[in-house]
Amino acid sequence: MPRPGSAQRWASAVGRWGCRLLALLLLLLLLLVPGPGGASEITFELPDNAKQCFYEDIAQGTKCTLEFQVITGGHYDVDCRLEDPDGKVLYKEMKKQYDSFTFTASKNGTYKFCFSNEFSTFTHKTVYFDFQVGEDPPLFPSENRVSALTQMESACVSIHEALKSVIDYQTHFRLREAQGRSRAEDLNTRVAYCSLGWEVQEHGANIW
Amino acid sequence: MAGFGGGRLPAMGPAALLLFALCTVGTRGLYFHIGETEKRCFIEEIPDETMVIGNYRTQMWDKQKEVFLPSTPGLGMHVEVKDPDGKVVLSRQYGSEGRFTFTSHTPGDHQICLHSNSTRMALFAGGKLRVHLNIQVGEHANNYPEIAAKDKLTELQLRARQLLDQVEQIQKEQDYQRYREERFRLTSESTNQRVLWWSIAQTVILILTGIWQMRHLKSFFEAKKLV
Repeated sequence: MPRPGSAQRWASAVGRWGCRLLALLLLLLLLLVPGPGGASEITFELPDNAKQCFYEDIAQGTKCTLEFQVITGGHYDVDCRLEDPDGKVLYKEMKKQYDSFTFTASKNGTYKFCFSNEFSTFTHKTVYFDFQVGEDPPLFPSENRVSALTQMESACVSIHEALKSVIDYQTHFRLREAQGRSRAEDLNTRVAYCSLGWEVQEHGANIW
Repeated sequence: MAGFGGGRLPAMGPAALLLFALCTVGTRGLYFHIGETEKRCFIEEIPDETMVIGNYRTQMWDKQKEVFLPSTPGLGMHVEVKDPDGKVVLSRQYGSEGRFTFTSHTPGDHQICLHSNSTRMALFAGGKLRVHLNIQVGEHANNYPEIAAKDKLTELQLRARQLLDQVEQIQKEQDYQRYREERFRLTSESTNQRVLWWSIAQTVILILTGIWQMRHLKSFFEAKKLV
């Protein structure tokens, strides 16, 4: 028959180990359960000779897509570089106008992608990027239901996906149009100044 | 975060790691680093009557521990939003964690600028700040579970509502496209007009200069008694 003192010690030891195991289990669950995912769509201005980096923590096995496009500035090109947590370069392109890169995260950690305008001396660029990590979060938190979706619900899901791609195409169209429009506006101001300059230069010399 | 399975855990290990994991779960999202006085601006090209919600979270770099602190009270961020005409729509100071919302009333490029306005400058001097940022535009800004709870919608009704919101966003974007195309056309026509007037003016001035030169030379030769 164990003495009361040792029973108490034994109970407290069991309690401690129980708490540790529970904490460990919860931690493992949090690490293993993939995150809700999502997309980040950002347009920012990249000054000349500058480099800007963005980071995201991604779980292993998540399928990610990085898409970028240069909207205004110079020759509409930028350097892009994507690195995994160990610093290994997954994607590296110089002077690209538009590109899309899909990869599956091979390990957990912080992935880093950078846009560089260091090759340009005086033009600053406006860059748009869309970084999609995993799938979009489901509409209902309890999406892992026992029953399958009804026909109506699955029709709604396919319409939703189709509309998402319509919105995506609209965004790309808008970016291309913004490129064309910025060139047209540049041309407009240049024609105004250049024509005045030409007149003064030519006929000034003539008269003199 | 990964790779601790195996080996002996200290007494506080699991609890601390759990806390760390919870923190990282909460901070999932894109982040970037900014310096002390640096201002970062982002551009959102949106149609009118579109709601934009931005969420940010800041973490300060601790030079001694060489790690980003999970949360730092006393850190502030100043958020400024300008509409396409340059008018300030929103200019407010938020804490180390904040959420800002605005609705556009004119279509076009809205500029969202963030810069830190720390009250603990001594600690922050020469340091860097990690900013987690998430900007949701239009129908992405809608919180569907909240809408379902508020309007008491069934699943199917909620899905239909989501589809309606998406279609509304597509319509707004198409209206904006029409407005942009009109601007583009006006710019191109203005360039066309300018080039046309430039070439006409050039021709007229050339002819006039030519006439003037001939007259001047003629009177010059007559004066020199060569003609």
